Amino acid sequence: MDDAAIGWAGLALSLILVAVAVGLSLWQGLQLEREMLWATARSLVQLLAVGYVLVFIIDEDTPLVWAWAWVVVMLVVAALTVRRRAPEVPGITRLTVVATTASTVLSLSVVFGLGVYPTVGRAVVPIAGMMIGNSIGSIVVASRRILAELADRRPEVEARLALGQPWQEASKPFVRSALRTALTSQIENTKAVGLVFLPGAMTGLILAGADPLDAVLVQAALMYLILGCVATNVVVIGLGLTRRLFTPDHRLVRLARTGGG
Amino acid sequence: MPAAPLYELVGVGLVIDGATILDGVDLTIADQGITVVVGPSGAGKSMLLRLLNRLEVPTTGEVRFRGQPLDAIDPLELRRRVGMVFQRPAPFPGTVRDNLLVADPGAGDDDLAAALRDAQLDRGFLDRSADELSGGEAQRMCLARTLVTGPEALLMDEPTSALDPEARRGLEHTARRLAGGGRPLVWVTHDLAQADRLADDMVVMVGGHVAGDEERTRFIAGARAEDDDGNGRGPSRSDDAATGAGTGGEAGGEDDARG
Repeated sequence: MDDAAIGWAGLALSLILVAVAVGLSLWQGLQLEREMLWATARSLVQLLAVGYVLVFIIDEDTPLVWAWAWVVVMLVVAALTVRRRAPEVPGITRLTVVATTASTVLSLSVVFGLGVYPTVGRAVVPIAGMMIGNSIGSIVVASRRILAELADRRPEVEARLALGQPWQEASKPFVRSALRTALTSQIENTKAVGLVFLPGAMTGLILAGADPLDAVLVQAALMYLILGCVATNVVVIGLGLTRRLFTPDHRLVRLARTGGG
Repeated sequence: MPAAPLYELVGVGLVIDGATILDGVDLTIADQGITVVVGPSGAGKSMLLRLLNRLEVPTTGEVRFRGQPLDAIDPLELRRRVGMVFQRPAPFPGTVRDNLLVADPGAGDDDLAAALRDAQLDRGFLDRSADELSGGEAQRMCLARTLVTGPEALLMDEPTSALDPEARRGLEHTARRLAGGGRPLVWVTHDLAQADRLADDMVVMVGGHVAGDEERTRFIAGARAEDDDGNGRGPSRSDDAATGAGTGGEAGGEDDARG
């Protein structure tokens, strides 16, 4: 057994910390014990299922099309996850599919088109997973902020429309503010990486016995990809959602907190 | 052949989220002077004004601007030809100059000063921060911002409801000057006394339609009785619902949710 493999015994030992968490919940009367046990069991089942699928997908003898099919599944799951987290945003499922597809195609084209990584299932699946996974949070933040900005600032938006500005101009200051908010956390993450936290890929590689410098190079490349991916997502969502919130004749549709007048 | 009126509304209805806001509005608005649309809260006055600037579109019927159906006019062009001032001033960030330049980024300081003058603010305001203006000054700045686009007509939606009496009178005076200068104006209010002061033509709206003779008489009598009482407050929404008449509060606390 190599150093990175912990085996079933190692996994069982890690459950000690779950027991600690359950104990703390009991001690403090949080009533979260069942939730914790359910989450633990569910995550194990999900990861094992994914693990067995991945064993097949990343096998060198498996055709690459299976890896791409897995990417498509991840895109669909991401869209459903965003819809669950931001149900008030109109058309969010379709917008998410468009945004994550655009950002994934862009980032994977760079990575595999320029030969940063070899185009094999072992690289395609985890890299696409990181791109798509990191997209979810930024899409939720961007879409909710845009909706809130336009609802809260409706008088200003309509004052601009009433001056003859097209919706693209009338909404620009508010959409820009929302997109800045959505992008800021990823920029902060990129700045803090290595100093404040060691991200997953790097940690995994070091645990697996890779040279730390190699792990750093891999992680840095991934962080830059994620930044580009998140920026693409946020902009696509910004353009798509804003367009949806205005009619073709430049009227702001009724939003949750619209005043009318 | 007589010139077309400023606006004609034929059988206009507006339904929003299943609620009827306007129902069968037939109305002609003259292409001169000040037309005041007056009525109690919830009568549909503000929505009527928004229809005229195409911030809303009618569910039924047709609105014509100078003889042309509104949906045949580019909405952006229409909104520059017909300026709109809202109930609450909505200053944009920056100085008064920054605000006015939003209406016309190519305008020079002289153009901006002329718009300020028409709104009865002096040139010195250009460098003032828009956030620091008083309510009356902010509303005048919003009027000036609208005037920068060179509109042929003006729509004013209860523009004095958030202003003190002095600022209110000042804005009424400005409106009178603008209308006298050849710019027809449609002014919405729930204040009958203000309507009396301003109107060359008065339209009374009740319950989403133009009041008939009996409703008009009842509304005016009710509003006058309120004025005579001198309490300056109109009946509550439940009163409105019961009688279909009454004036809204001058303090502006009870803005129409939909009219």
